[in-house]
Amino acid sequence: MKLDLRKLKLRKVNETLQSIDLKRNNKSYTILNPEGNHAICAGLTDDIDVTVKGHVGYYCGGMNQNANITVEGNVGTGVAENMMSGRIHVKGNASQSAGATAHGGFLIIDGDASSRCGISMKGIDIVVKGSVGHMSAFMAQSGNLVVCGDAGEALGDSLYETDIYIKGKVKSLGADCIEKKMDNKHLKKLDKLLKKAKLDKLKPKDFKRYGSARKLYNFKIDNVSNY
Amino acid sequence: MCGIVGIYLKSRKFEKDLGKMLSGMLINMESRGPDSAGFAIYKKEKKAEFKYSVCINNLVFEKFKKDISKQIKFTSILKNSDHVILSSKEKPKKVLAILNEFKGVSLVGYGKSIEIFKQIGNPKEVVKKFNLENFSGTHGIGHTRMATESAITTDGSHPYSTGSDECLVHNGSLSNHNNLRRDLTKKGVSFKSENDTEVAAGYISNHLSNKKNLKETLKSGLSDLDGFYTFITGTRKGFAIVRDEIACKPAVVAETKDYVAIASEFQAMAHLPGVNMAKIFEPEPGIVYSWGK
Repeated sequence: MKLDLRKLKLRKVNETLQSIDLKRNNKSYTILNPEGNHAICAGLTDDIDVTVKGHVGYYCGGMNQNANITVEGNVGTGVAENMMSGRIHVKGNASQSAGATAHGGFLIIDGDASSRCGISMKGIDIVVKGSVGHMSAFMAQSGNLVVCGDAGEALGDSLYETDIYIKGKVKSLGADCIEKKMDNKHLKKLDKLLKKAKLDKLKPKDFKRYGSARKLYNFKIDNVSNY
Repeated sequence: MCGIVGIYLKSRKFEKDLGKMLSGMLINMESRGPDSAGFAIYKKEKKAEFKYSVCINNLVFEKFKKDISKQIKFTSILKNSDHVILSSKEKPKKVLAILNEFKGVSLVGYGKSIEIFKQIGNPKEVVKKFNLENFSGTHGIGHTRMATESAITTDGSHPYSTGSDECLVHNGSLSNHNNLRRDLTKKGVSFKSENDTEVAAGYISNHLSNKKNLKETLKSGLSDLDGFYTFITGTRKGFAIVRDEIACKPAVVAETKDYVAIASEFQAMAHLPGVNMAKIFEPEPGIVYSWGK
């Protein structure tokens, strides 16, 4: 089924996709002429396939549960923000805060993601085939961020328990983010994620792992005299 | 929030459509700025002439034309809604002094090729009012304003003139504009409004008048201007964009063989010809990008 945003209002398109009776309807949908509109495919809850033909605006696929969304273009700020489950595949570049606060699901970005990719992520797995901008994985709490290119300044600042895997260069690490040992458990996990993103040719051992030094978790009693 | 847009033509193919392209961009940015809108268009220049864009507010055009012509010779005086474009072969210093003293009008810009129009109201109304669709030119920049730190007035609208053929539009807010305004006032820069962008414009024009080039000026602005911003600056032969180091304020660039378009959001440029095949990227923080000369 084709949904043309030049003919239909965005709200109508989203409402249609949010209330599909899977017993009666097709599983595949195509959105035409997105033209940079915001909140396309926000709040989907069913296991459906949606292909968006073109560039989209902010918060595409926000709060997604179960749906499999493919964007054949670039995405604006906050793609997959607060995603719970499902899969979002961006074939172009992503703007800032991709996968922000997302609890689950899988986000693949074929191009680059700009600043704050995976900010405050809470369980989502993100694979970026290109590079990520500054302050990526800022205050990230859980889940995995895999970057096949480089990372910008202050990677993983004030990080909790997200695992970050970077293949290229890291411009600088943020507060409390350190390089960590890649043991078998991590190699296996990374291998699984790369295969899931159809990046079979990349070798997990070429990546470096970064995580929290856990020094910001508690107040340091030595600093009490500063107050 | 505010919306900023710009378009620079690399080939002559779309010169006649420039107004149409820019007007669509401004209308598409209404959601980011419904309070006022404005644009600067760079047209082909006549060698010996300077053009002055003024807003005559509530003055009667015929009377203004008569009165101003008594003071200095203009080769043409053209009315476009409440704005007037005056052309003159006289030295800019002389003309500017007269226009700045003339009661009831505000000078919004001047130069050899630039024309600036800005007014309060919804972008759709503003572009219609000035017939932007009918403009042709080589490049242009525009702004849709959601007023935050100062009043909704013509003086608070963008673009701001920063010197001959130079102007500025801004999305964001500056936090040290009061201090900067005081410093610049001491250096002889004058301001019309309480607006933060006017201070940035004053900062840029002050640096440029001290023989610094635009790229150097924007680079030093990165350390002197505190706050969140994406700036687009227009010059006689091109334009530049810079984002602060935190880069919270959005920007997207689309480049084809015929044009370079800049906007706060992609939806501003979705109507441009061939944009789906364009090279589209987000300008990196703290880096000055420029096109043209």
